[in-house]
Amino acid sequence: MRISRKKISLQAVETPDVNISLINPIIQKYQGKKGNLIPVLQGVQSLYGYVPREAFIRLNEEMGLKLNEMYGVATFYAQFRLSPVGKHIIKVCHGTACHVQNATKITEALVTELGVKDGHTTEDGLFTLESVACLGCCSLAPVMMVDNETFGSLTGKKAARVIKELRRKETQP
Amino acid sequence: MKKQIIVGLGSCGIAAGAGKVYARAQSLIEAGNTDVLLKQTSCIGMCYKEPLVEVVDDRGHYLYGSVDVKKLEEIFEKHIRNGEVIDEYVVESDVIQGHESHYFAGQVKIALRNCGYMDPESIEEAEQRQAYEAIRKIATEHVSSEEVIQTVLDSGLRGRGGGGFPTGLKWRFAHNSQSDEKYIICNADEGDPGAFMDRSLLEGDPHAILEGMIIGAYAMNATSGVIYCRAEYPLAIKRLNIALQQAREKGYLGKNILGIEGFDLDIIVKEGAGAFVCGEETALIASVEGERGMPRKRPPFPAERGLWNKPTNINNVETFANIPYILLHGADAYNKYGTEKSKGTKVFALTGKVKHGGLVEVPMGVSIREIIFDLGGGIQENKKFKAVQLGGPSGGCIPESLIDTKVDYDSVNATGAIMGSGGMVVMDETTCMVDMARFFLNFTQEESCGKCTFCRIGTKRMLEILTRITQGKGKEGDIELLQELSQQIKDGSLCGLGQTAPNPVLTTIKYFRDEYEAHINDKRCPAINCKALLTYEVIAENCTGCTVCAVKCPSSCIDGSRKEIHFINQELCIKCGECFAGCNFEAIRVY
Ligand SMILES: Cc1cc2nc3c(=O)[nH]c(=O)nc-3n(C[C@H](O)[C@H](O)[C@H](O)COP(=O)(O)O)c2cc1C
Ligand code: FES
Repeated sequence: MRISRKKISLQAVETPDVNISLINPIIQKYQGKKGNLIPVLQGVQSLYGYVPREAFIRLNEEMGLKLNEMYGVATFYAQFRLSPVGKHIIKVCHGTACHVQNATKITEALVTELGVKDGHTTEDGLFTLESVACLGCCSLAPVMMVDNETFGSLTGKKAARVIKELRRKETQP
Repeated sequence: MKKQIIVGLGSCGIAAGAGKVYARAQSLIEAGNTDVLLKQTSCIGMCYKEPLVEVVDDRGHYLYGSVDVKKLEEIFEKHIRNGEVIDEYVVESDVIQGHESHYFAGQVKIALRNCGYMDPESIEEAEQRQAYEAIRKIATEHVSSEEVIQTVLDSGLRGRGGGGFPTGLKWRFAHNSQSDEKYIICNADEGDPGAFMDRSLLEGDPHAILEGMIIGAYAMNATSGVIYCRAEYPLAIKRLNIALQQAREKGYLGKNILGIEGFDLDIIVKEGAGAFVCGEETALIASVEGERGMPRKRPPFPAERGLWNKPTNINNVETFANIPYILLHGADAYNKYGTEKSKGTKVFALTGKVKHGGLVEVPMGVSIREIIFDLGGGIQENKKFKAVQLGGPSGGCIPESLIDTKVDYDSVNATGAIMGSGGMVVMDETTCMVDMARFFLNFTQEESCGKCTFCRIGTKRMLEILTRITQGKGKEGDIELLQELSQQIKDGSLCGLGQTAPNPVLTTIKYFRDEYEAHINDKRCPAINCKALLTYEVIAENCTGCTVCAVKCPSSCIDGSRKEIHFINQELCIKCGECFAGCNFEAIRVY
């Protein structure tokens, strides 16, 4: 069921200080418009990578959105996160076509490469590993998406290489 | 004539590396000051040959397949500079016989008529390919809304989102609802994991969808339009927004559209937030209103009370894409294709273990065999075909014995599967059908909104049973229990999600009962897929004692010294398959 999928991460992550004034333009844009809840939360998430607690409170105060309704929506939709994520988000597709082409192997390879379980963030805060259902490139299965770039026809090795490359870029001065 | 290089920049092309190819072409043109026009287009459906690059010169066009940066440089040097065609890379051409021409020859492109043939970000190119001519015809010939609806009815078009409800009839209901405000919604949520017809249409021909919606709005007097697109399709959303802006500038959207007095319409894009159930129309409406996407009871149907309690009509992307063609060329041009009750063409996303994965549009009534073996080229690595999954999580698996089933709504329903939106996932002998059923139940269980008890808890129980079976803990009576639960979930659920969730289980039990029994009774997975049920063994005659397997084994469960026959300790084996993959002498057996 949809509420149970949102496991609030038990990983000890320090909640960074969020600069909450960043959300002011979003409040201005959607203030008083009906049906605005989802776009507002999407806007907030695109700023911070997740929806911070402070943002819920601020939206409640400024826009009159009810806390329970916001929480209800944020936990219903798979897109929303309630805890901070890594700098790069790796989404491994586990749709039907990718499942048939052994997407499990890709996740396994990345779990080994990153040293974290599916759904978790590496200690250095660089990567978050997630599973998604279909990225729409099914004919190139198995597929993964790193940030906004999609990689198709993967093998475990190829997937790990993409991550190695990215990590090298990040750690080089 | 100026030569052209056209690169296919759909999501699939980009994933295959087309972005780099495009950038290289750009730099080559600039560096050489070459007089070539570089353009982009979208997916032409031949995904297995991505990246695709088309070269047009005064002889005709040549479509090159699997073009990486190196091949592009070669094409540039030979074809662009010297006019030398590189035959071996050509997949399709109007000048020479390409290697893959038959892939297109077996298709009839109506919905996909422009995908891959124009720049989706240019309204001028779209207009050259007859975009907005149908609505212009309606305006200049004063075609009434009644006549539009009648034409759609006569065409026999049925909804392509899965339900297959006659589109004209739906429009008539919405037309007859009295209200000063009405909504027309395009369902671009495409939730079926393993299908991408709608994505390709949105990315490749956004204007066709807009025109379809504009015609629909005219027919039912709708005052606003919404496209509900899943957030996983960023490129589609981007191109839709570009197309919308262009359509507004050209007066296809706005007030008194094309001079039709009082015909006002604007369309906006709403992004989904990741929930399969939001493809269901009442859940979709709740989501557009900013709430949790939970379905509600019907009636009242959206045609009476939908978005913001106003009459609302919802159609699928592909349904809308067909509309301009039907209005421009007439109902007969469409219904000459297809079978008695399923008219026209259908787009299928052919994926899985098939050689030529991609998008195909075929007349209704061709057989599954023709799609998979003629267009799809058969099974990868020439393995044995086992089944094809149609209709995604609501559908079912059609076995080899029924491969001559025709694709039309009624024939597919008769097998226990459904036509669905057009996802066609091909499976071979290495796919375990029990695991497939478990996969789908895992999906529906996670995606159930939780409103109906049977759907919420029933799918969970079914998933537990299926998981147990794949782990070798299946019990006698499990199959019957699954069947009983299935019936209860079907009966006790409000929306299509729950009502169809058991289909993948029921069809696999119906056609592959022996696989279930092998798992439960013999603790064996015939497809050699379910890890817990596998046994790895050394074949003594073949073992040379090279120690590779012992070195590779992560759980150190292989004994044996150099030049001696090795032995796998079954108690410790974690069934990772490293020994099997690593052995150079075929001395490991798995069963
Ligand atoms: C659980 C569920 C998911 C659905 N997902 C989609 C979808 O992703 N896209 C779609 O067009 N229709 C989907 N539908 C069907 C829609 O409810 C609706 O019938 C369709 O959009 C109507 O358009 P059509 O008449 O043009 O087919 C779904 C239905 C259910 C029950
Ligand atoms: S199933 Fe993986 S991209 Fe569609």
